[in-house]
Amino acid sequence: MAMMTPTNEAMGLPGRVMRRLDTKWFVIGGATLVVAWLTLIPLGFLLWQSFHSTGTMQEPAVLTMENYITAFESAESLVLMGNSLQFAFLTAAFALVVGTFFAWVNERTNTPFKSLFFAMSIIPLIIPGILFTVSWIMLASPQIGILNKVFGSWFDIYSMAGMVWVDGLHYAPVAFLLVTAAFRSMDPSLEESAMMSGASVVQTAFKVTLKLAWPAILAAFIILFIRAIESFEVPALLGLPIGLRVFTSAIYDAVHSYPSNIGLASAYAVVLLLITSVGIYYQSRLSNQGSKYSTVTGKGFRPRVADIGRWRYLTGGIFILYVILVVGLPFLVLLWASLQRYYSVPSWNAVQHLSFNAYAKVLAYPGFYTAVWNSVKLALGGATIVMLLTSIICWITIRTKIQGRWLLDVLASLPLVFPGIVLGLSLMVFYLNFDIGIYATLWIMLMAYVIKFLPYGMRYNSTSMVQIHKELEESAAMSGASWLMTFRRVVLPLMKPGLMAGWIYIIVVSVRELSSSILLYSPGNEVISIMIWEFWQNGQYVELSAFGVMMITALFCFIMLVQSVSKRFGVKGM
Amino acid sequence: MLTIENLSTVYQSPSAKPVLAASDVNFSVPKGRLFTLLGPSGCGKTTTLRSIAGLERPTTGVITAGNRVVFSGDSKIFIAPNRRQFGMVFQSYAIWPHMSVFENAAFPLRVRSKRLPEKEIKDKVMKMLAAVSLDHLAERQATQLSGGQQQRLALARALVMEPELLLLDEPLSNLDAKLREKMRFELKKIQRELGITTIYVTHDQSEALALSHEIAVMNQGKIVQIGSPRDIYERPKTAFVADFIGSTNFIEGVIRDRSDHGYIVDSAIGSLAADRKDDLTVGTAVSMSIRPEDLRLSETPPTDTNHTVIQGTVSAKVFLGECIDFKIMVNEVELLARCHPSIRTPVGGTIYMSVDPLKCAILNGTASRTASLH
Ligand SMILES: Nc1ncnc2c1ncn2[C@@H]1O[C@H](COP(=O)(O)OP(=O)(O)O)[C@@H](O)[C@H]1O
Ligand SMILES: [Mg+2]
Repeated sequence: MAMMTPTNEAMGLPGRVMRRLDTKWFVIGGATLVVAWLTLIPLGFLLWQSFHSTGTMQEPAVLTMENYITAFESAESLVLMGNSLQFAFLTAAFALVVGTFFAWVNERTNTPFKSLFFAMSIIPLIIPGILFTVSWIMLASPQIGILNKVFGSWFDIYSMAGMVWVDGLHYAPVAFLLVTAAFRSMDPSLEESAMMSGASVVQTAFKVTLKLAWPAILAAFIILFIRAIESFEVPALLGLPIGLRVFTSAIYDAVHSYPSNIGLASAYAVVLLLITSVGIYYQSRLSNQGSKYSTVTGKGFRPRVADIGRWRYLTGGIFILYVILVVGLPFLVLLWASLQRYYSVPSWNAVQHLSFNAYAKVLAYPGFYTAVWNSVKLALGGATIVMLLTSIICWITIRTKIQGRWLLDVLASLPLVFPGIVLGLSLMVFYLNFDIGIYATLWIMLMAYVIKFLPYGMRYNSTSMVQIHKELEESAAMSGASWLMTFRRVVLPLMKPGLMAGWIYIIVVSVRELSSSILLYSPGNEVISIMIWEFWQNGQYVELSAFGVMMITALFCFIMLVQSVSKRFGVKGM
Repeated sequence: MLTIENLSTVYQSPSAKPVLAASDVNFSVPKGRLFTLLGPSGCGKTTTLRSIAGLERPTTGVITAGNRVVFSGDSKIFIAPNRRQFGMVFQSYAIWPHMSVFENAAFPLRVRSKRLPEKEIKDKVMKMLAAVSLDHLAERQATQLSGGQQQRLALARALVMEPELLLLDEPLSNLDAKLREKMRFELKKIQRELGITTIYVTHDQSEALALSHEIAVMNQGKIVQIGSPRDIYERPKTAFVADFIGSTNFIEGVIRDRSDHGYIVDSAIGSLAADRKDDLTVGTAVSMSIRPEDLRLSETPPTDTNHTVIQGTVSAKVFLGECIDFKIMVNEVELLARCHPSIRTPVGGTIYMSVDPLKCAILNGTASRTASLH
């Protein structure tokens, strides 16, 4: 009978039961509403806008197909579509070939410098896209490019090839990580039996390793393709000056032309959304059937790497060359430019005039501290909100049996299909029309960051949520803890490693965010990446370089700090 | 055909300390023989096999196949696995899921540097598939095969290039019990028919006894005994071998004298005639192994002259169908005896055991720590 007491007590106190239920449902309902509001409204309004003319003070917006007609009647739009697909395809292919090559070299051969391969994979995090692009302009533009000066007119970065080169080089590490994961999940004996059948190292790679990894490689390609078609910095800086436009830069152009054509921008955005949605759909289908070839045996031992003899100097050399191209040269050229008074190509004369003038100027720049402080606020705020919100959503989708919980999962993952510039556009349009006082404030940018990074939060949180045994929660409930108490005292602490890793990741990507911010910032609300953008627009190359060097150094130190701390505390997943 | 001398293989890893997985392994296998590496899991069988295959690089030793040195630690010879031309069947079978049955088996012929005409490839592959009775499934996708069929396909793939040496790593361990019995005979038949020199790795003693011409028992990276199946079973040299291969009774004693067959040993259960070829001094403490089925039981004292006779009391018995296990107390020592169910002595009754001296093996070292009944 003693065991029954708590129940009886609860039965006797219906108010308490009600309260318990209340908090839980209140939190679940609230989270659902917030997510729906965050993700659905911009999407819906973007669609609405794309079928309406751009309203002004005098004439209200009217229903029209005009935008799509403008977008698709001209031959120019075909060119736009062609450019976008070509750029995304070539960039993804280039990044994939480079990344797959390094993944194979690292996992399967005895190439030197292997310990550096993974360090390389954080490069896209450390060097923001806009700085990487700017540094390659300084290296390879026909007018001021150092490489062109040294090697004669060697390469024109303002071209499709230049765009593919810069973006593909920058994102090859992502391909490297994705393909490496696939190689690691492979049963080593599948390749060993090819060796035993008499196949050479290269035959084994092409006939077995790559064939088996094919679904994963294809999925990686789609991920890279989507990322490339969403890419803004590279097409804006390298394409627009020569009139080579892709969807993202065309949207930017339409918004910033005079008079701005929001309707046309929305039509482009909808088309872009369709492309990314198809991509995400195929990618998720591929990863669902990814288990088709997965023949992992429980043995934890890695396959022995093949001795490739003298070829390893070649593969090691290629790797070093890559590191030079992707880190060495870009950083050095920024460093060089930052030490000048006026931008000039390296020369003996220039060396004699090195100065820290640019750094002093940047630090004395009125907007500098505001921008840094804004970025810090947005990064910390956005990361915290995303991780807490998605922890609740993951709990609902993984732990409860509520009908329709999959819908919540879909909603929270929906921003995956939003290219940054499309997200910026739709938020801008919506809060311009429905003025609740956040347009042209930091709040709208915070909202953009939260939406954009929701899927990352989902990924980090669901990975750690599935690892927490349900009984740990149930025993807390049996001990008499309320739902809120259980969530706060048991679930969140257990998820801490994943929460921390996701939080840090979102902080880092927030600081580099440009493509949404570019349509949402207003004077006084600049962030770091916008400041770099403005420096570039104003031709302040030396200030930009000084700022970039400081930013890269700060991000680098932050990541190093985080990694050494997380090693100590066992935070995984960075 | 295959000679292994002083082979040692160490696994280096940056995070853990090195593992000496095979240490000073020596053996040789004549042409056409099936040689088995037998031992508990983790004793280094796979490592030894992979070292022969060239999938691991040994630290020292010499491996000679035919008249070809494929590895030599001293003269820095290491022939890559794909140039050794040994057939190998992996424990997981390693059937490529992206190829058909035919393409799996044809792979070794296709990757050859000397291209064969398509027709010849087809003939060879179909002949091989027929030998393992998979020819009717040639066009199937490899993922649609059952475990037993995958195992046979792996064998066909290993044999299609007509290797001089076949390496098998626990080829039957992933099959269910019934199929395992069947494939055991099948494997033996194929090996004997083709006369292919084979190294067979297993942790299953009955498999080893059933298939092998010769067995090497391994423990902790070392070979502890090499011999024919009968040798290993009847004359284990150490307590480990006696214990690992079947169940046994360990008996401690002291050598009292020599006899025609070996020695007379005093033990807690009386004096026993025991077998041993090499020299042991009188007065040495030894342990002996007697298999349960070698304790011949009778209700009346037996009359054989050269057998040792021991009298005991039945303390427990277990009926197992084809046989019956008796636990018999002799002077505070419990022995396990296995015999035909026709013996019906009740618990508490007196029983006599006779032991052939040849079946009473003196072991190296004492086994006091492992002395136990199974
Ligand atoms: N690739 C490897 N790296 C490190 N240690 C290994 C590796 N492979 C096997 N070992 C270790 O070497 C020992 C022998 O392993 P193995 O040869 O696989 O044993 P067996 O096949 O007899 O079960 C074990 O202790 C095992 O943990
Ligand atoms: Mg093994």
